Amino acid sequence: MVKKRISKADVIFHSINYSLLTLLLIVTIYPFYYIFIYSISDSFEAQKGVYLWPAGFSLDAYESALRLRGISDAAIVSVSRTLIGTVITVLCSAFFAYLITKREMPFRKAIYRFVLITMYFNAGFIPWYLTMKAYGLQNTFLLYVLPSALVGFYIILIKTFMEQLPPSLEESAKIDGAGYFKIFTHIVFPLSMPIIATIAVFAAVGQWNTWFDNFFLVSDPKLQTLQLLLYNFLSQTSSLAGMTGEELTQTGQVKVMTPQSVQMTITMLVTLPIVVVYPFLQRFFVKGIMLGAVKG
Amino acid sequence: MELSYSSEQLPLKKKRRPIRKEGIVLLCMAVPFILAAFAFHYVPLFGWIYAFFDYRPGIPLSKTAFVGFEHFREMLMDRNMVRVLVNTLALSFLALLCAPIPLVLAIMISEVKNNRFKKWFQTTSTLPHYISWVIIYSLAFSMFSSEGAINTILMRLGFIDMPVNVLGNSEHAWLTQTLILLWKSIGWNAIIYLAAIVSIDNELYDAAKVDGAGRFRSIMHITVPGIMPTFIVLQLLAVSNLLSAGFEQYLVFTNVMVADRIEVLDLYVYRLGLVMNDYPYSTAVGMFKSVISIILLFLVNGLSKRIRGESIV
Repeated sequence: MVKKRISKADVIFHSINYSLLTLLLIVTIYPFYYIFIYSISDSFEAQKGVYLWPAGFSLDAYESALRLRGISDAAIVSVSRTLIGTVITVLCSAFFAYLITKREMPFRKAIYRFVLITMYFNAGFIPWYLTMKAYGLQNTFLLYVLPSALVGFYIILIKTFMEQLPPSLEESAKIDGAGYFKIFTHIVFPLSMPIIATIAVFAAVGQWNTWFDNFFLVSDPKLQTLQLLLYNFLSQTSSLAGMTGEELTQTGQVKVMTPQSVQMTITMLVTLPIVVVYPFLQRFFVKGIMLGAVKG
Repeated sequence: MELSYSSEQLPLKKKRRPIRKEGIVLLCMAVPFILAAFAFHYVPLFGWIYAFFDYRPGIPLSKTAFVGFEHFREMLMDRNMVRVLVNTLALSFLALLCAPIPLVLAIMISEVKNNRFKKWFQTTSTLPHYISWVIIYSLAFSMFSSEGAINTILMRLGFIDMPVNVLGNSEHAWLTQTLILLWKSIGWNAIIYLAAIVSIDNELYDAAKVDGAGRFRSIMHITVPGIMPTFIVLQLLAVSNLLSAGFEQYLVFTNVMVADRIEVLDLYVYRLGLVMNDYPYSTAVGMFKSVISIILLFLVNGLSKRIRGESIV
């Protein structure tokens, strides 16, 4: 290795570079940090201004938020749609991709195109709305998890991965009398775990964040997601800024809480799962991006 | 792919492989998926028929009058349509203008030698990409509302006397929304470019160094050309999505003050349909958007084929 000479220009370049990047980092993190310190501050102290450190310390806002009408139901709905929806998306997309890799399948290319092309067109809002209604999916949990069973982009990624698996394993299983379904569940699916994990993470984040289906087609409060609950709360807060948290919670014994505190706390609760899980899954995300970038 | 065969080859190639039992089994297993794709993506297309009738919710379609292209003619007369199109295009173009910023950021990150900082930076800067628009709105509200962080800080420091209503400022609404979008997407887009930079052959840089090229020249002559293909593909896709300026973003950020300026086409379709209950006209506007988008996609794809010899879809 040639020993690098550090020139003056290098020093200047790097200090500017690091400063700008650090600045961007601060701009990215600060809003998250702000809602965090606000949510653990004393509600009325916080109203006078919070910048870097919490003003006082109190978890009352969390207590109030957790007592908010429907929040536990919403949490259950959000968690279930994330789990069930992800499993459905991954299994269906993977199995379909597997079928498409089989050369014996008649009309293979046509079927593949028929499904993939759905990535590029969209009938529009009202036709989508009326169709879902006609299927009776309005106000059902199935609306959250069924329409996303096949995702074109995931199918491309899984199919590309499966095509690179050595065919010998599959052939020997076939000689032993295993059918397609068994080969899929016992050989191809386990071998595809790297790509499956990546896609599961993407699908899960998507499910956790989706709320427009809930917003347009599900009015049943029992099926409300956390995201919509936050959205509804926000639209109330911005219009009724003077309202106290007491009026927003059901139980009478809660301490008086500013809506800002409760808003920050709910935001915190909805963001937390992603922030906590995210650093551990970062490698899957980056892998997904690389794959996506290759596909272009 | 289509290849032309000479006449004596043709019958040989054309001969179909016989469909065997295995094939039938596979086909049967694929049927549920074909049906699902049909039910969720193709069936809604039949809904376009509403655009040609004088449909009112509650009355069966067969009992309503066929009006032909009446609703499309209505679109030409609609003043709102002009405003909404201007908003959509303006926001899309502003987003296109910002496109080189993540590219510059990617180059900046690639110049960082400290691997821990690099990793930390990537993890953090992509986080907003995974956060829903509802949460982004909540964060923005916490920052910019009259009691939010920015106003409190500026007032404390004595820069302003009265809180500035950022999210309710109609004059700067486009800019505000573009900056918020940039905040959400910059890290993610930078990482896509970073993936392209990592795949550039390191020998090129070594060779440039031997030839006496400095950092700046290496960047201009190796890094930038190296990521150009990725950049062009992403921008072409963005062009085909010109009319699809983010629906969720503008839905959550809408308020009385800025509604006129950030109502984009998708939002207008929603308002016409579900708020004003004008299903046929809403469908017509949605159809207009879908058709233009598909045409743009084909154009852009053709362009890409011609320039790069590769299609993007």
